[in-house]
Amino acid sequence: MADLSTVFAGIRSPNPFWLASAPPTDKAYNVNRAFEAGWGGVVWKTLGEEGPPIVNVSGPRYGALHTPDRRLIGFNNIELITDRDLHLNLREIKEVKRNWPDRAMVVSLMVPCEEQAWKSILPLVEDTGADGVELNFGCPHGMSERGMGAAVGQVPEYIEMVTAWCKQYSKLPVIVKLTPNITDIRNPARAAKKGGADAVSLINTINSIMGVDPDTLAMSPSTGRMGSHGGYCGPAVKPIALNMVAEIARDKETAGLPISGIGGVGTWRDALDYLALGAGNVQVCTAAMVYGFKIVQEMHSGLSNYMDDKGFSSVSEIVGKALPTVSAWQFLNLQHITKAVINQDSCIQCGRCHIACEDTSHQAITASKDGKRYFEVQEDECVGCNLCVVACPVPECITLRDLAPGETDLRTGTVVTGGHGDWTTHPNNPMRAAA
Amino acid sequence: MHTDSSTPGIAAGRLSGADLARNFCDAHPPMNLAQARVEADRCYYCYDAPCQTACPTGIDVPSFIQRIADGNLRGAAHTILESNPLGGMCARVCPTEVLCEQACVRNTQEDKPVEIGQLQRYATDHLMAHPGKPLFTRAAPTGKRVAVVGAGPAGLACAHGLARLGHEVVLMDAQPKLGGLNEYGLATYKTVDDFAQKEVQWLLSIGGITVRHGTALGREVHLDGLCADFDAVFLGLGLGGVNSIGISEPQASGLRNAVDFIAELRQAQDWAQVPVGRRVVVIGGGMTAVDAAVQSRKLGAQSVTMVYRRGSADMGASGHEQAWALENGVHIQHWASPVQVLSENGQVSGVEFERTQMVGGKLQAGGERFVVAADVVLKAIGQTMVAQPLGSALELHSGRIRTDAQGQTSHPKVWAGGDCRAGGRDLTVEAVEHGKVAARAIHATLVTA
Repeated sequence: MADLSTVFAGIRSPNPFWLASAPPTDKAYNVNRAFEAGWGGVVWKTLGEEGPPIVNVSGPRYGALHTPDRRLIGFNNIELITDRDLHLNLREIKEVKRNWPDRAMVVSLMVPCEEQAWKSILPLVEDTGADGVELNFGCPHGMSERGMGAAVGQVPEYIEMVTAWCKQYSKLPVIVKLTPNITDIRNPARAAKKGGADAVSLINTINSIMGVDPDTLAMSPSTGRMGSHGGYCGPAVKPIALNMVAEIARDKETAGLPISGIGGVGTWRDALDYLALGAGNVQVCTAAMVYGFKIVQEMHSGLSNYMDDKGFSSVSEIVGKALPTVSAWQFLNLQHITKAVINQDSCIQCGRCHIACEDTSHQAITASKDGKRYFEVQEDECVGCNLCVVACPVPECITLRDLAPGETDLRTGTVVTGGHGDWTTHPNNPMRAAA
Repeated sequence: MHTDSSTPGIAAGRLSGADLARNFCDAHPPMNLAQARVEADRCYYCYDAPCQTACPTGIDVPSFIQRIADGNLRGAAHTILESNPLGGMCARVCPTEVLCEQACVRNTQEDKPVEIGQLQRYATDHLMAHPGKPLFTRAAPTGKRVAVVGAGPAGLACAHGLARLGHEVVLMDAQPKLGGLNEYGLATYKTVDDFAQKEVQWLLSIGGITVRHGTALGREVHLDGLCADFDAVFLGLGLGGVNSIGISEPQASGLRNAVDFIAELRQAQDWAQVPVGRRVVVIGGGMTAVDAAVQSRKLGAQSVTMVYRRGSADMGASGHEQAWALENGVHIQHWASPVQVLSENGQVSGVEFERTQMVGGKLQAGGERFVVAADVVLKAIGQTMVAQPLGSALELHSGRIRTDAQGQTSHPKVWAGGDCRAGGRDLTVEAVEHGKVAARAIHATLVTA
């Protein structure tokens, strides 16, 4: 059986599935249950500095985007960092780590942007026996208004500065958690690296409003008819996070910096996406908050079977495997031609491919043949855009076929050569390089 | 004396009030919100949807289901009722498994169609419970008056359509209540809580429809008089005659028409007062036969046997209806036809049958004979139109009124629809379509006249 153990930024864990810093990791009771269920590690819910405890709203803290059958596909929260006493948290962290020495115990931190604040809290964390710290530079609500969380994460200079303090005052590995609420994720990642970070984790949640109550016309969720933007996460954010992970993994300045992938991981397939695009492990929150901690067992089983099936013996063999396939648009092969093919045996004749193509694309799918309902691709109109594939409700009924060298693209009349020709050398490109 | 299922002869009150209430509750309970949402999500919103094509009234099924999914139930009801003003009843009684649901592309994918009928009921029930502002309003008055004779599905749909278009309608029916078969001809568990009357009230609420109860063609009114008094006439007559079983019938109590039994049960104030035989034989294989057989069981008959002269595939009752009968403990005896109804002392005692078979493509009787003992024998082998009240003014075809595709008869001022119109399938939904199409045709004729 495949070995799922990982060493991430020097931190060992029996599998790459960690619980992200969030409500599930707020206290010993939850974390003990998580470890019993099989989670490889946790990032303890963010600790703040000593003083009067954080206060949360007692109205709704969560909102969600559901499918009609109430599958949750997007999730949003306005909960702040831990609202429990600092020393209570530290005592519990120490106790849990002692009881679960093989699991990764990382402590998330968020204190004011002052050297003394960081200098004070780091030794307290080290004293618990935790394996590392994660700097919460991403929380987009509440704390950011107090100059912490995303307010730091949106200023690369602050990231570098705080990261450097942490490296200066602690021996623990430092993971910098990045906010996606920026324009180019590479800048904060570069800053973290310059500050000496051992790793980055991303994404934190995305600024979001879930909607409006149609009866009251108040935003939702609302606390007594007033709401505040929250942090968005769950399955719907995964593609955004994957792109950011790949951006950092591909960037020359940050290549090789360990990445902990976060955002919409609920299945082994999601984890595989992150690993293959350069993450060394993944962190999970929403799936656990919807299905409970047991969900890790399905992820574990799925990844293990996949690795056995494909002959991977360790997780590290997968990490970054898909990165060479990620490119800028200008390098895509414009001479590669695909055409949609409808498998008539599995077609259920719903006609969605036809109407999607007819109304919104290239009029390349017929609706009838010999007076009967029949859906067929007209290759002389098909541009291979994939719209019909995604509109079709039947798995694998419509596929894209690559034209082989020697075949003629009926749309353009061009014979496929099998060669490569991209925008950089295309005759229509006024900036083209000499071929 | 205690009465139960084993009490000999014909008796009322074979079951307790609680059992009867359970037996005659909704055969298919309505969906709740969660069920409706999940089921609506199964609809693929097909292009040129096959379900819509399969619906005799052409309801835009993908639209109304999408509106249910969107939480726009009023909009969903509007889509349904725009095409089928009796969409609430049709949602209950349509044989959807051979209409819209048979055409659903989900059958191909997973052998399980979207439950279109139940979703249609969900949307229309919501509207009936929360009618709000009128869904449809009347066009400016045309000054034209139309007589609609027969307030069954066809007549009601026609009257509603004509009223919407601005005409004055006088709606006549021989019965004390409107609704036709919706009120008198359906099994009780198909339309509980007096739904037929609620739907009638909603239809009439559009205004412009004057009702005349207890008014029968050939009795209180005559076709030539209606043609003289009105600008147009729509005939939505039911089938007043019952087919004879073709053998001599003794003058014995316990032998009756299934439609009368069904009507009596529908109008009963107390099911415990409706008598039923200990052993019941129903002769026939259509929906009426199933309704009569199942309801006999539900009243507490100990044994109910439906006897049909052909096989299962030939029965008028759909596969779904046949399964419903079996599920309710009805025994179905195929390939037998009655030879004589037996009686003792003026009381039915059984029916003698003989085996039938197909020989050279023809049904042949004359096989082995057997007797099924019975206290009640219900005849359900089809109904016929009674043509006598029409006089000789209209051309008939196979005993029913001949019309063109719009329902116009051989008389230029007379349209017809529903069961009395030749060439139909005797479906409620088809009757509605007849009425709807005829209303448009009458309108087109009157406004250009």
